[in-house]
Amino acid sequence: MKTASKIYTALIMIFLFAPIAILLVFSFNASKSLSVFSGFSLNWYKELFKDTETLRSVRNTLILALSASAISTVLGTAAAVGMDKLRNRVYHAFLDTVTNIPMINPDIITGISLMLMFVFVGRLFGAATSLNFTTMLIAHITFCLPYVILQVLPKLKQMDRSLPEAAMDLGCTPLRAFFKATLPEIMPGIITGMLMAFTLSLDDFVISYFTTGNSFQTLPIRIYNMTKKTVTPKMYALATIIFFVILTLLLISNTIDTDSFRSSGEDRKARKNKKNEEAKKA
Amino acid sequence: MKKILSLALILTMALSMALLAGCGKTATQTLNVYNWGEYISDGSDDSLDTIKAFESWYEQTYKKKVKVNYSTFASNEDMYAKLSSGAVSYDVIIPSDYMIARLAEENMLLPLNFDNIPNYKYINESFRGLYYDPDNVYSVPYTYNMVGIIYNANAVDEEDVGGWDLMWNEKYAGNILQFNNSRDAFATAQYKLGLDVNSEDRATWDQALAELKIQAPMVKSYVMDEIYNMLESGEAAIGAYYAGDYFTMLDAQAENVDLQFYYPEPTNYFVDAMCIPSCCQSKELAEIFINYMLSEEPAIANAEYTYYASPNSIVYNNEGYLEDLGEETIGILYPDIEAFKENYNIYAYRNMSNEQLDYLNTLWESLKIN
Amino acid sequence: MTKTAVKQRKSFAQVFCLTPYSVWAVLFIVVPLIFVAYYALTDNSYHFTLDNLTRFFTATSQVGDTEVRTYLVIFMRSLRLAVISTIICFLMGYPIAYIIARAPAKTQSILITLIMIPMWMNFLIRTYAWMTILQDTGILNGFLGMLHLGKVHIIGTETAVIIGMVYDYFPYMILPIYSVMAKLDVRLLEAAKDLGCNSFGVLRRVIFPLSLPGVISGINMVLVPSISTFYISQKLGNGKFYLIGDAIEGQYVANNLHFAAAIALILMVILLVCMAFLQRMANKHSAV
Repeated sequence: MKTASKIYTALIMIFLFAPIAILLVFSFNASKSLSVFSGFSLNWYKELFKDTETLRSVRNTLILALSASAISTVLGTAAAVGMDKLRNRVYHAFLDTVTNIPMINPDIITGISLMLMFVFVGRLFGAATSLNFTTMLIAHITFCLPYVILQVLPKLKQMDRSLPEAAMDLGCTPLRAFFKATLPEIMPGIITGMLMAFTLSLDDFVISYFTTGNSFQTLPIRIYNMTKKTVTPKMYALATIIFFVILTLLLISNTIDTDSFRSSGEDRKARKNKKNEEAKKA
Repeated sequence: MKKILSLALILTMALSMALLAGCGKTATQTLNVYNWGEYISDGSDDSLDTIKAFESWYEQTYKKKVKVNYSTFASNEDMYAKLSSGAVSYDVIIPSDYMIARLAEENMLLPLNFDNIPNYKYINESFRGLYYDPDNVYSVPYTYNMVGIIYNANAVDEEDVGGWDLMWNEKYAGNILQFNNSRDAFATAQYKLGLDVNSEDRATWDQALAELKIQAPMVKSYVMDEIYNMLESGEAAIGAYYAGDYFTMLDAQAENVDLQFYYPEPTNYFVDAMCIPSCCQSKELAEIFINYMLSEEPAIANAEYTYYASPNSIVYNNEGYLEDLGEETIGILYPDIEAFKENYNIYAYRNMSNEQLDYLNTLWESLKIN
Repeated sequence: MTKTAVKQRKSFAQVFCLTPYSVWAVLFIVVPLIFVAYYALTDNSYHFTLDNLTRFFTATSQVGDTEVRTYLVIFMRSLRLAVISTIICFLMGYPIAYIIARAPAKTQSILITLIMIPMWMNFLIRTYAWMTILQDTGILNGFLGMLHLGKVHIIGTETAVIIGMVYDYFPYMILPIYSVMAKLDVRLLEAAKDLGCNSFGVLRRVIFPLSLPGVISGINMVLVPSISTFYISQKLGNGKFYLIGDAIEGQYVANNLHFAAAIALILMVILLVCMAFLQRMANKHSAV
């Protein structure tokens, strides 16, 4: 069983990383082709660093993903905390539904719907340009929010509710109690939510395609718009660099942060709660 | 692990925010340029970085800063969708001829002040007064080109070469590439059948569709940029594309592939031209940019980068340019500049009515549901 | 501090927490949907019409000698490919989620990060790399040729599109299932074994029902994007067939915003119904 699962894991990893390996190899291609390898060269890396527009679009993509994930994390965590305590059933049902909509809606619909609205509002106010960085940011936050909420909410449900109350009994203000008692408990959920939001925003093409304006073009849009001319290995070089940056981060964090997840204690508590809940259900 | 990662995220965020804040400080003018993807010399292979060069040239000449927001589109229709929604304003756009006609018809272009574009004098007479801008009011040509057929001589018999029939030759079933955009794909069938590519008569479009349906089982793939890799690697042997792009493919073809090129008769002629849309925020600056694009250094750099033919006399008369491209390349790119106007007026795409475009889209869908 | 004061503080905090999100949700989730409906139900001059909706169901085109309903055919194809991709993702993803959840904590975090890494490369570029692999003259066939195993023709078929979808959305299946499984109580499994369940029985009777919420959200996160994708089919399907996402994008590009909105509206309603149905089934199942 143990070996079987190891082999299976390896196969899955091969499947996941085969295309990445292709990117890596062809980023060193001497010619412009993405399918004929004609010799080793570092030329595309050199070209990449000279290409100001591509570098700018990389920067834009990062700025967008980072701001969208940060804002949606704060907003989403607050919403989850509020929803957790909410007793009004109608309000709760409403919030549940709207939280699910961006997840059930295909991104093409989210993109089109937001674009229609932005354009309408822009025209209403007579703005020359109704799509810009802000509208793109709003769109990204909107589709990231549910993922944050759905990561944080279960953590709140699992949490020992006596903790913040005890803190308040000991004289903490509710705000202080939240930061001292609740926040550390739900932190893993917040971080997972933020990472997910960041990943989704980084990889999004469709919603950006519909909400992009004239001054802020992200990498996916830039690549999509190369469809009359060819995509060069320059883009592969870029992907390779991103890959190694992440890999390095991963390695560093694994050597320094040996007790990486403090999850064992976490999990035990979660299990206890789960059991309590189940006992209640039964 | 996650802790470190999120810390890194927060740090980068703070940094980029600071960068962003830094950018917006000085009161610089901005110019929003909207162009085809990969359609301007961008500094690769030691070429000129046109946008950067314009910014510094402008600062030197006018002692004022300008910031160019350069963004790209994938097709004329994409650009039109963005522009006509009124969502975004641009100062300079570079669409193709039939789209310029449409924009002009819908009052979406501003007449140019040619006092600010003295370099217009370099534009060859053949490219003035074309149907989409008969009075030379709205546009300054950027490039022109024709559609040709590219084939792998190692896989295609010489005797089969010639005309559009090659793309319908059953011998090469599974090796043929067709355009993945409706207008260009239908045009191949229309040219083959001798039909008018701008017909408002639905029957002729149905006829072209029937021809495309005959071709469909033989088509390897409907392509745009994918054509490069497919022809270069020998994955497919025959495809129609824009002449200039043939040379990009030549640079990258595999060892066992020998790409050749010819023009079928008749074929599509097109001009992409610089225009100023009516949503423009700083017209004079836009005209200065257009004028700059016509000046020697950027014009030659762009022509060499795109491999498309230039209507600009300081480009095609430049010895360095002619030498760089070589006689053969020049021969293909610039067949007979004098005959251009006549052929162009017959075979170029024209703007069609909305109903006709909608019908074309419906036919295209029906080709894609089998 | 009196009890009522605390209570007031609490409700103030609640308002403070909920109001921004509620406002956001109304402005950027609910209102845009009204816009979609508005566009879907009006013509180019913004007069009310049902033509866009009926066009979806009635438009026909000729395939061979038979007349078919264009958009229904396109929709059924999208649905079929999306369902197949989702099933494959589930079959491949469930075991790996289970394996990861049972691994030591450190291995868990490494494996999960490894699974997320490909998503940080741009998906357009990843799809391009798949073209290089799956082409007739591509890496896969080169590899098979080296082993004298003949050739396979994948690119341009529905299989290629499915591979692309599975690859792109696979992590979205693993993550939610994993996060539910990681919380399963090991003792519960041991108890089931003690009571005479074999491994398969434990899986079927204990693990699977408990992991169902994760499975549902995994299915949601794979099915929705794969039904509406318009890039993968263009690149890996060799542009030979339309999916519903292609149809929407095609109408947008052809400047038929109103009809594009109508297709979007119909797709949205169908998906909402499907997901509600799935959710209900899951609730029933886990209640048993």
